[in-house]
Amino acid sequence: MSASILDPKGITAANVAVAPTLPDIMPPVRARGGFFGFMRRNPAIAIGGSLVTLMVLVAIFAPLLFTTDPTALAPARRTREPSAMYWFGTDMLGRDIYSRVLYGARVSLLVGFSVAVLASIIGLTIGMISGFIRWADSIIMRVMDGMMSIPPILLAIALMALTRGSVQNVIIAITIAEIPRVSRLVRGVVLSLREQPYVDAAVAAGTRTPVIIWRHILPNTLAPITVQATYICASAMIVESILSFIGAGTPPIIPSWGNIMAEGRALWQVKPYIVFFPAIFLSITVLAVNLLGDGLRDALDPRMAKRL
Amino acid sequence: MLAYIVRRVLATIPVMAFVALFVFSLLYVAPGDPAAVIAGDQATPADVERIRASLGLDRPFLIRFGEWVWRILQGDLGVSIFTNLPVATMIQQRIEPTLSLMIITLILAVSVAIPMGVIAAWKQGTVIDRTVMGFAVLGFSVPVFVVGYVLAYIFALELDWVPVQGYTPIKQGFWPWFQNLILPAIALGTVYIALIARITRATMLEVLQQDYIRTARAKGAGQRNILFLHALKNAAVPIVTVIGIGIALLIGGAVVTESVFAIPGLGRLTVDAILRRDYPVIQGVVLLFSFVYVLVNLMIDLLYTILDPRIRY
Repeated sequence: MSASILDPKGITAANVAVAPTLPDIMPPVRARGGFFGFMRRNPAIAIGGSLVTLMVLVAIFAPLLFTTDPTALAPARRTREPSAMYWFGTDMLGRDIYSRVLYGARVSLLVGFSVAVLASIIGLTIGMISGFIRWADSIIMRVMDGMMSIPPILLAIALMALTRGSVQNVIIAITIAEIPRVSRLVRGVVLSLREQPYVDAAVAAGTRTPVIIWRHILPNTLAPITVQATYICASAMIVESILSFIGAGTPPIIPSWGNIMAEGRALWQVKPYIVFFPAIFLSITVLAVNLLGDGLRDALDPRMAKRL
Repeated sequence: MLAYIVRRVLATIPVMAFVALFVFSLLYVAPGDPAAVIAGDQATPADVERIRASLGLDRPFLIRFGEWVWRILQGDLGVSIFTNLPVATMIQQRIEPTLSLMIITLILAVSVAIPMGVIAAWKQGTVIDRTVMGFAVLGFSVPVFVVGYVLAYIFALELDWVPVQGYTPIKQGFWPWFQNLILPAIALGTVYIALIARITRATMLEVLQQDYIRTARAKGAGQRNILFLHALKNAAVPIVTVIGIGIALLIGGAVVTESVFAIPGLGRLTVDAILRRDYPVIQGVVLLFSFVYVLVNLMIDLLYTILDPRIRY
């Protein structure tokens, strides 16, 4: 990795004294080459991004992709093995698993994206308040410590136990479970940004605090928040499927990957395909989002990329 | 040092208080009126009121919270709505499988992940490194029940090496116990291994650039000595921290793993309690798991000074 030369820790008394030559300090700016050049330099973004896009398209256009009604019962044709007629087979109520899996993409993506956006916005707000208002900081951080001491899946399960299962409640429960991590991240970023010389300069120049936040702090939190949001999206999709799988998530009438697997659970030793098709879709989607996150991290925040 | 330990232990009190408050509120805002349930269908509103008063349900929130905490401190976690058994007893009956599963997973994950991370850092940029990192991304992405079903399908159904599901208490012999738990442990451990391997690699990369590693090389220390003695020792603190934080993943994952492999542990208890809306049981399990999680991380914090004598408080 040539970027390691930029690491401040790499500059010791020895190599400062001999004044490194320019290429050592600044590697030449690589050829840009527009959108495709960017994609070529960041294969993780290219692969992850196209898989996510594909999955979004599948979710949107599910009715056009040779699916039938995913909730239509056909007891006479139950537990059929995958065939030309039923590509992924049918479940114990005779419902077409191919259709159910494709429609299931909607729930997973909706939950993943909603939680990512909501948790980022709320976490950003809380983290900002915590980073700027001293007296609020200690209270907020104690509460966040408390929330973080409950394992997130357990917290989501406990919240779901209080309400009826619905997609909306699943989103709220997972968002609440994710907020502490985002808040901590933003707070950390804000605290380190406050020490930056350009913030001192802005203060010295008489800039008012809201303007400093808007113009100097907020834009610099966006890169780490975007990266974090993709990871939250991935983890929210997993938590949703877990909640649905144990019966505390999306109501059974809505096909979601977790629900399909939960229904296939009793039969999985004889009819494993009921569980495996949604499992494959879920794994690929989460993998794609994680790849996208890794790619964004490498592209947006080289320092963080080095640490992990 | 002693002052630090006392301070650190005291610092967990507000955290535990918050957890207790949250868990108590869970039952407080839970739908359904216990007094009405106990009174039955024939009861008049006056009867319900009387029962409510006798249960102390009409008193203010904070007083009820105080009494509840007092009972918890005496080991009384309440009574299950569904089975009428004390929650503490139910947890006691179910704790062995979960504890077994977690211990095996922990041992497995740590003994696999740390060498993986160390070797990846040593061979940075090579095929080995990329394989380990690729596995880490995959481990984060494939949910625990997917790994579980794939493993069970291959090793239990197709190859018939181990039982498909179930649990055998350790009293009936180590081998049957271990056979039942090895697949669940691998499934549960996958994401944990990914997490630990990743942080091990990252920390080792940093440590390997230090001057004392160069000195060790210069004085002729062997590669294995450098990696595992000089470097890993200095990388221990972040790795152990992540192992502690990752316990949360194990706890959440255990709930699912036990469902997949039909293990009658605390995870199954939680799932059953959710489906029956048995709030006292949910409360008890969440409280227990969170308490264990906080305790483990407290111990890890206290361990830092032993792991790294340079740390002074």
